[in-house]
Amino acid sequence: MNEFELFPEAASSFAGEVDLLYWFLTIVSVIFTVGIALALLYLGIRYRRKSEDEPAPEEIHGSNLLEIVWSVVPLILAFVMFFWGAHLFFKMRIVPADAMEILVTGKQWMWKIQHPNGKREINNLHVPLGQPVKCTMTSEDVIHSFYVPEFRVKQDVLPGRYTQLWFTPTKIGTYHLFCAEFCGTEHSRMGGKVYVMTPSDYESWLEGGADASLSPVEAGELLFTSLGCATCHHDGKNSQGPNLAGVFGTMQPLDSGGEILADENYIKDSMMNPQGQIVRGYPKVMPSFKGMVTDAQITQIIAYLKSIAGTEEADSTTDEETPESPESALLNDALEPDTTGQRYVRMEQ
Amino acid sequence: MSDAHSSPYLAHHFDDMEQQSQAASLGMWIFLAQEIMFFGGLFCGYAVYRLKFPEAFSAGSYSLAIGWGCFNTVVLIGSSLTMALAVRSAQLGRKAGIIKWLVITMFLGCVFLGVKVVEYSAKFEHNMIPGRHFEFHDDGKFVVAGHGDHSAAVGHDEPVHAEVGEPADHHAAEAAHGEPTEHAEPAGEDNGHGIVEINQGEVELFVGFYFMMTGMHALHMVIGVGLIIWLLVLTAKNRFATEYYTPIEMFGLYWHFVDIVWIFLFPLLYLIGRH
Amino acid sequence: MSAPGVTANEVAPEERRIHYLNWATTVKSWLLTLDHKRICILYLCTITFYFLVGAVAATLFRIELMTPQGDFLSAEIYNKMFTMHGVAMIFFFLVPSIPATLGNFLIPLMIGAKDVAFPRLNLLTWYLFSIGSLFALFAIINGGVDTGWTFYTPYSSTYANGHVIAATFGVFVAGFASILTGLNFIVTVHKMRAPGMTWFRLPLFIWAAYATSIIMVLGTPVIAITMLLIIAERGLGIGIFDPALGGDPVLFQHLFWFYSHPAVYIMILPGFGVISEVIACFCRKRVFGYEFIAFSSLAIAIIGFFVWGHHLFVSSQSVYAGLIFSFLTFFVGVPTAIKIFNWVATLYKGSVSFETPMLYALGFIGLFTVGGLTGLYLSTLAIDIHLHDTYFVVAHFHYVMVGGMVLAFLSGLHFWWPKMTGRIYNETAAKFASVIVFIGFNLTFFPQFIVGYLGMPRRYYEYPEQWQLLQLLSSAGASVLGFGFLMVLCYLPFSLVFGKRAGPNPWRAKGLEWEETTSPPIAHNFVKNPIVTEEAYAYTKGSRHV
Repeated sequence: MNEFELFPEAASSFAGEVDLLYWFLTIVSVIFTVGIALALLYLGIRYRRKSEDEPAPEEIHGSNLLEIVWSVVPLILAFVMFFWGAHLFFKMRIVPADAMEILVTGKQWMWKIQHPNGKREINNLHVPLGQPVKCTMTSEDVIHSFYVPEFRVKQDVLPGRYTQLWFTPTKIGTYHLFCAEFCGTEHSRMGGKVYVMTPSDYESWLEGGADASLSPVEAGELLFTSLGCATCHHDGKNSQGPNLAGVFGTMQPLDSGGEILADENYIKDSMMNPQGQIVRGYPKVMPSFKGMVTDAQITQIIAYLKSIAGTEEADSTTDEETPESPESALLNDALEPDTTGQRYVRMEQ
Repeated sequence: MSDAHSSPYLAHHFDDMEQQSQAASLGMWIFLAQEIMFFGGLFCGYAVYRLKFPEAFSAGSYSLAIGWGCFNTVVLIGSSLTMALAVRSAQLGRKAGIIKWLVITMFLGCVFLGVKVVEYSAKFEHNMIPGRHFEFHDDGKFVVAGHGDHSAAVGHDEPVHAEVGEPADHHAAEAAHGEPTEHAEPAGEDNGHGIVEINQGEVELFVGFYFMMTGMHALHMVIGVGLIIWLLVLTAKNRFATEYYTPIEMFGLYWHFVDIVWIFLFPLLYLIGRH
Repeated sequence: MSAPGVTANEVAPEERRIHYLNWATTVKSWLLTLDHKRICILYLCTITFYFLVGAVAATLFRIELMTPQGDFLSAEIYNKMFTMHGVAMIFFFLVPSIPATLGNFLIPLMIGAKDVAFPRLNLLTWYLFSIGSLFALFAIINGGVDTGWTFYTPYSSTYANGHVIAATFGVFVAGFASILTGLNFIVTVHKMRAPGMTWFRLPLFIWAAYATSIIMVLGTPVIAITMLLIIAERGLGIGIFDPALGGDPVLFQHLFWFYSHPAVYIMILPGFGVISEVIACFCRKRVFGYEFIAFSSLAIAIIGFFVWGHHLFVSSQSVYAGLIFSFLTFFVGVPTAIKIFNWVATLYKGSVSFETPMLYALGFIGLFTVGGLTGLYLSTLAIDIHLHDTYFVVAHFHYVMVGGMVLAFLSGLHFWWPKMTGRIYNETAAKFASVIVFIGFNLTFFPQFIVGYLGMPRRYYEYPEQWQLLQLLSSAGASVLGFGFLMVLCYLPFSLVFGKRAGPNPWRAKGLEWEETTSPPIAHNFVKNPIVTEEAYAYTKGSRHV
């Protein structure tokens, strides 16, 4: 079970400062809120009407002095907040010269990340402790937003231009990476983990390949998640891609008519040239993984898919027999036409 | 109850004619203020892109028929004059005069719209309609980059970075203060031969704005013409008198406003930067 | 207050029985009415319907959010639900709410006029609103829209499936209802005040409605053209926000928020007006700092046009623009704070009673304070980076919109209910419901502040397991809140048939609408045209006991 926390972990050089400012705002807010509530309570009781016949209260127009006081004091507090926030904001926006550059591309619905030496990852970001990191980001389609709560950083990622954010990780651990700008159906699933490692671990991660102690099936299962396959190929309602449990070795209907056997070649073709043979009933949104996976990794993925060929669960959410509410069933029916390829996505043309 | 109705033209909820007429006037001015905000959004977008793509927008201006533009400007200003004369006739209670000047105003409005039809047809013929089939033809003065390729404007299909395994365009990335630069290929560069290279997608943007702005304006003119017909009917039925001609006066304000919008549109679209 | 002679309280029995609701009862007399009071009722029915539409959507997605997995709704339906909730609640409930109902009913009465300046235009606005809303309803029924009520490009203009064009066109058409209502109100307040009703004798509700109308007239056209641009991009392929054609998706955000930020002031300023009226009546005292409250409404309206960029701090807007917008946003908070302090000060040495309208008003002050203060967090640049697009924002705007605006609307509805309907509702049920609403509201939205700072983004139907407790609390609160609202939807209509008949001034309030008309008022409002000789809320001078 989870311990109840009010703040996310503080894992970057900014986090402590942002949290401090947040405390200041909270203290001011609590003072004013409680103050006003108590004032209302006190005045309401003290001056409550005791009988309907009591005379009307004395006429009080106002007090210019009071108006000035309670305009100026909040204004001063507001400016303190403004300057403090602006000052910190500048620090968060000005990228240090020695920052290591990571290239990020957002697309529906995954993050593609590339390290300076060319190593790539999907949905996850490995970074070394204590080293300023700057992410140079763009989008291939709609607006996304790169958000790591534990670092207190966020920046919208736009098509047709580059945006940046930077941070210095200060704590080893695993943190959340979220997309924070609504980008379509699987917006909630567009994310992963940020791994902060010691500099030497990071170096070896940069150079290394898969962990040799894992079996091909285990390695394949890890890849299935880290490459973002699980984002679309899951067993939730109206998923973007077919649930792959129980698929390997069976005949699959194609949207161009006819059927195909889901064997090793079909799996590999689907990863390299997905548009060629799409299963019927699914939109043409799968991206190509050409250049992003080695042949060894493809073999591992195939091993994993073979391992789930006889089961009903992969990336399980709930039993598909869960009774739907009448509204969602109706709406689901109304939505059927949407999944037959009407969606138009700016893919590699 | 209010004082005895002195005028058959007084609506029941007003106290006197002056209050009624002032209310109508204030109402119409407020309406025009919101029209300014409405067109303002379009003007704002136009300004943003004009500053961003000066050469492509110049090419776009150049492609518009300045002769027709001038002619239309004169026609509209003339129609404002005739409209003012219609209001004058109403002030003097001359029914025939009202009808005459309203009809001429309507005629001039239709002339304007006719010219727009001619201009729009020319655009259709040259395939200068935003959309899949947009074409902008080189004509020796402008050379179009990415000619014929609808989506080539930004190299959108192959973003110049991580996908291809190359380091990102550092020129773009070093805009550290959050001031983003534009696409990888700067447009509008003089290639050294006195010929300006422009981007077809950006010209398409100009043409899109041209159609939206003049189209919205033309829609207001069509509504105006419709309203003139309604005023003619009312005039024919003797609904107006020297003490009450408010609808004509208010429509006059509207018509002048539509004219003024054109006075801004014309230089912005046709004249600025036209080489 | 008026000339001697027949006053509202001494109206002959026969005359009392015929009023604006019953002098004609045909459908035509309602659908072609020119009476501002009937138009209020028409609007009340329509906006209540859209409130329910939005509430159903919220119910569905709050059920989904009880568990971290996406197991109740599919992702696509969830996205359509929150979009529908936002569109229905904002454009078809909150924006029209007080102006088109209470505003329409009260403005002529409060200033001593027989109707608004342009009664036919008034009726037209209801038709425009209804027609616009039908386009949105069409979009909802035919599979929905999943872009969020903010319609960000290029998702909405190029990528989204669903009836984006119908929904945005519906917003466009309904927007004209807003513009023309504002126009009507401005002219009415300028030109149709009764003799003696100078600007500084106006009830504060009128000042608030006037300031709101300025925003409606100047701001709404911008969203109108923005919706048209989306339709052009989506329907005709004219690329304006599409980067593939050199367009700029952030331009959309600027155009959208240029209206949508002032829109939140359209939504809250009338609420401020109601609170002023209710507090004055239930303290039997002139509002403290009348001029400051009046001018602060105008200040909010004007400054509110210059702060839209605080929605774009992380959008790639320049740092310098961010500074300016942050600065101005803090500035616009001050006039609002002034109001709160003045309302609290009104209780000092007042004669305070706690009927339902006052309970809602007091709840408003507390909840709006929280909502407003949390807005300061979002104006603070460095904090907004962390909080933008998280549940913190969702909690903030629900505190101001529901804890603020809806509570103000309920306060006003209960306050003027006897005047509008001639009936009194059950006070016990009403008080009970108000407490349920208050508790349910806080339970729903306070946990969202916490989960927002923890990092949960908004518009997520799946989320990390560790946040389930907070989301569960929120959904539990929503059911309590819903129950409270349902209670209101029961006892108010019940009172129409079974409620005690109200006298002209059951609250013994000051104001032309209370002192010079019957409950309900006659069709042309006043038996005798009022002449104003004293300031607003003159409870100590010549107040009449009814």
